[in-house]
Amino acid sequence: MVASLLSAAPSAIPEPLLRAESTAGKFVLMFFAIAFFAAIFGLVLFLASLFKGRSGEKVQGALFAGPAILLLAVGLMYPAILTILQSLRGKSGEGSFSFDNYSAMFSQPELITVLRNTALWVILVPFLATAIGLLYAILIDRARGEAFAKALIFLPMAISMVGASIIWKFVYQYKQTERPQIGLLNQILKMFGFETRQFLLDAPVNTLMLILVMVWIQAGFAMTILSAAIKAIPDDIIEAAHLDGVYGFRMFRYITLPSIRAALVVVLTTIGIGTLKVFDIVRTMTAGQFDTSVVANEFYNQSFRYDAPGLGAAMAVLLFVLVIPIVTYNIVQMRKEA
Amino acid sequence: MSTLQPAATPESVSDEVTPAPKAKKAKRSATGDAASALNSRWASLVAVIIAVLWTTPTVGLLVTSFRSQRDINRDGWWNAFANPGAFTLENYRQALEPGSSASFTQYFVNTIVITIPAVMLPIFLASLAAYAFAWVPFPGRNALFVAVFALQIVPLQIALIPLLDIYTNKLGLGNSYWSVWISHTIFALPLATFLIHNFMRELPGELMEAARVDGAGHVTIFFKILLPLLTPAIAAFGIFQFLWVWNDLLVSLIFIGGTPEVAPITVRVAELAGTRGSAWYLLSAGAFISMIVPVVVFLALQRFFVRGLLAGGLKG
Repeated sequence: MVASLLSAAPSAIPEPLLRAESTAGKFVLMFFAIAFFAAIFGLVLFLASLFKGRSGEKVQGALFAGPAILLLAVGLMYPAILTILQSLRGKSGEGSFSFDNYSAMFSQPELITVLRNTALWVILVPFLATAIGLLYAILIDRARGEAFAKALIFLPMAISMVGASIIWKFVYQYKQTERPQIGLLNQILKMFGFETRQFLLDAPVNTLMLILVMVWIQAGFAMTILSAAIKAIPDDIIEAAHLDGVYGFRMFRYITLPSIRAALVVVLTTIGIGTLKVFDIVRTMTAGQFDTSVVANEFYNQSFRYDAPGLGAAMAVLLFVLVIPIVTYNIVQMRKEA
Repeated sequence: MSTLQPAATPESVSDEVTPAPKAKKAKRSATGDAASALNSRWASLVAVIIAVLWTTPTVGLLVTSFRSQRDINRDGWWNAFANPGAFTLENYRQALEPGSSASFTQYFVNTIVITIPAVMLPIFLASLAAYAFAWVPFPGRNALFVAVFALQIVPLQIALIPLLDIYTNKLGLGNSYWSVWISHTIFALPLATFLIHNFMRELPGELMEAARVDGAGHVTIFFKILLPLLTPAIAAFGIFQFLWVWNDLLVSLIFIGGTPEVAPITVRVAELAGTRGSAWYLLSAGAFISMIVPVVVFLALQRFFVRGLLAGGLKG
């Protein structure tokens, strides 16, 4: 069913408005699209300007908020409901109603591995990335060249996860021990007299190797937020602590840490949510083979490769369900702080 | 006075390491103390180690992208510096040559064509909606705003497949840029509306009232008064959305697959990593071609990006 979706159906819209072969044609198409959207935008504003006075405000409000609400309803809520229904209708997503897909998740050994891996990711990535980010933020705080030092750690946030995966795949590159190595990690192993390893093939080490990539990306985010939180601690609190003879590690433990608690929660939960949805890294580095799959990747594999859209839908729903407690915790914590 | 003890010992409270020479009005920070307890020399060492660990993988691939195909597979990139004459632009030439099968050029163009409308469109729609939510009273306003806000937590995965069905079978937009433009817009709207709304709420209401007394309608107020004031919020969201769309793999992979006419460079690089995983001369050049624009944008607009991050700008 899904395979048939990928081949474009004949359409009422003329071909030149859908696709273009040449570079020039593509840009023409792009400008056409921008003009088209701008025209809609203009039309909404024009219609809104026709209504005057306080009673017209209702119409104006509806016109202004309408397009966004309509898109969200049709493009996000309605599909989400369809996915939830599909997840309840067997592997194909078209059978009779049952909880088969959900029970499969917790009984099929390869799907249990997927859940185990996801748990590993969600536990390790936020804590490692936050710990490293915090340590680094503290170490370079008000040091010379702070901005530059920050940019170094932060740059991985700017590049795509695909790019990051290529960078690390090369670090993990395998050659037999006696041959010259091209992967940095295996070269290090060899230097210390160990056998070289297939880092991306051997479970369960391979999952840790993928996790490392995500930590590499997220540490910069943690560092930025925490560094800002640290700088926001009022000077008089620090002065007062100094007068009381609090310095050094105790300062960190009793002043810094409590002061940045809210930021820490935000960082941990945000990275946690991002990690739950991690797809690009797994897809690019192993495509989920060799026991490395996670929920977001399994959603893709089940839907598009194993022709089990119902099970894929169940994976997407699981993702949604897993995100909710993290977000709730985040909001509750923020309320407490406020 | 300086002690060579690691951070974990509270006894090493010696704050009075020789005062930093340039700090005249010694503005102390909480962590400055922790760092000096660590002993600044150790602190610098650890910081340098982290920085080196964080940069080396990228440097390795960057160096590799300038080595010949033969050299790459013969020995490690760290040997390349022994013979600097061997560096070459050949990989980039091949990766950029139009028409060749190894070329990334058309994918690069696709990425640009996908990204620009996918950044502009949510800004249009979200600023209009945010204005209505912030300043135009209409029935059901608060409930709708809470709903939009709450949609931020919905992972986009849950909408993908029915959405794909709508594009291909109902709208006839399958395998076209339109499907990605619209999808990126939809997925960005909750965050964009939220960010811009928060910003708008902080503008003084008197500004709006004064304009209304002068007879200005909402359309005039929106364009003449609000839009110019909104620049920082729009910039913060815009750079986010730009990086997000440029670096996206999942949305493009699902809606337009690997079709060369429409697929972005991330999809192409990911596909190559699967099918030609040892063609490092191509992979390395391709990866850096895909990275150069976001890195430049990021470095140039870092200020806005960080501001956006601090305003809670993360989406799923």
